[in-house]
Amino acid sequence: MIFTIARKELYMMFCSPLAWLLLTSVQLLFAWFFLGRLDAFLQLQPQLMQIANPPGFTEIIVTPVFALSAVVLLLMVPLLTMRQFAEERKNNTLTLLLSAPVSITEIVLGKFLGLTVFFLGVVSLIVSMFLTLLAGGTLDWGLLISGALGLFLLICCFVALGLYISSLTIQPVVAAIGMLAVMLGFWMVDLVISDHEGWIYYFSIFKQFELFNNGLVDTYSLVYCTLFTVFFLVLTIRRMDGERLHG
Amino acid sequence: MAEERECLTLSAQHIQRFYGTRAVVRDLTLQLRKGEVLGLLGPNGAGKTTTLRMITGNLAPSGGSIEVCGVDLLDEPQKAKAHIGYLPEMPPLYFDMTVNEYLRFAARLHRIEKQCIAQAVEEAKKRCGLTDRSRYLIGNLSKGLQQRVGIAQAIIHEPDIIILDEPTVGLDPNQMREMRTLIRDLGESRSVILSTHILSEVESVCDRVQIMHEGRMVLNEMLADFKQKGADLEAEFTRLTQNTLTTTH
Repeated sequence: MIFTIARKELYMMFCSPLAWLLLTSVQLLFAWFFLGRLDAFLQLQPQLMQIANPPGFTEIIVTPVFALSAVVLLLMVPLLTMRQFAEERKNNTLTLLLSAPVSITEIVLGKFLGLTVFFLGVVSLIVSMFLTLLAGGTLDWGLLISGALGLFLLICCFVALGLYISSLTIQPVVAAIGMLAVMLGFWMVDLVISDHEGWIYYFSIFKQFELFNNGLVDTYSLVYCTLFTVFFLVLTIRRMDGERLHG
Repeated sequence: MAEERECLTLSAQHIQRFYGTRAVVRDLTLQLRKGEVLGLLGPNGAGKTTTLRMITGNLAPSGGSIEVCGVDLLDEPQKAKAHIGYLPEMPPLYFDMTVNEYLRFAARLHRIEKQCIAQAVEEAKKRCGLTDRSRYLIGNLSKGLQQRVGIAQAIIHEPDIIILDEPTVGLDPNQMREMRTLIRDLGESRSVILSTHILSEVESVCDRVQIMHEGRMVLNEMLADFKQKGADLEAEFTRLTQNTLTTTH
């Protein structure tokens, strides 16, 4: 049943021009930045030759592109998550799901799966762009995979949070703005932290991503991202169930 | 007694519902027998929609119990919901989907076996007269056709109970007549609850009538008995719904 709902979400996204428009514009932006970094690498190459242990393709091109992707996705996720519960509620279609022999957990997980599969597509498009670099050299696979994993986990956190905020309101726009406000709040926290000290460092979602993007697959970061996602999914389920109970 | 229980497809006992401290449905008992069309009448705000939302599992009752085909709705919601087809007041339609896509999704949602989906979709379309609109986007259909898609979604899994909340609102007289014929056809093989505030609709379609007012059931009678007594539904409706107004205020 989770797959049925996920499939419908994916289908609905690609039914409207929104998903296509987002994918195209975001991919153009990534490609432009990617080429910019490639250009910078080519210019730096003669100087890099003189260093003993020079940074390669992956550090100079892949890592900054992933870092930019995280910021762009921060703006992109609310546009897709806002539709989920808020729009279903507004169009009265939520009744269809709630009257069917499907549990609320299945509905929430189905929606989560649909969105993460979509964003998995975005991540694979970015990664496929990097694979073209293989034509001129070798990639640091470890760094690439860890960066992609970090980006994917970051997206899972964003999507779970977005679903929760969408479940709180009937207005999709309010859901999007609310989500954006929370995400910018997380980003501000990240900007305030200058060193690796202090408790707040452990709560910054972007810092966890940065560790992944620098090639460090830390169990703390893995657990943090997983717990963050599960926490907001559970909150969404509870919120939707509460609506049934309290009206 | 046991025989009577077996005949019941739906039994809601003493259900009540509060929104905050305001009681919308109070101590309501509703029973539906096999192959019966029940007309649920009441003025606006009487609690009809709230009652139907509770019966379909969209809203949890604050008290009381609901049994659907012998399954407790609160204990085993998924098993109980499988017996119900529900068309809410506003049909739950995805305007970006075509009729076929929407009905296929509804079929999957109701756990119809994969190999039976195509047949179930065809059957539902045939019953609701949508066969030639299969590839139309739902958003481009007229109000009457959208309402039919809503009914098709409610009957696709061949439920024992069909619940229709004001299905003829906003339809023209021709569409209204067609809709009544469809409801009567459905009522031959299943139990139907029809919520409405149009009295003539109840008279032409239903076997039994229940009138709700301010969250309470104020009348529950077979329409045939009612007619035999020579009573007029409209006069009775006005008397019951006004009477309680004067006694409560």
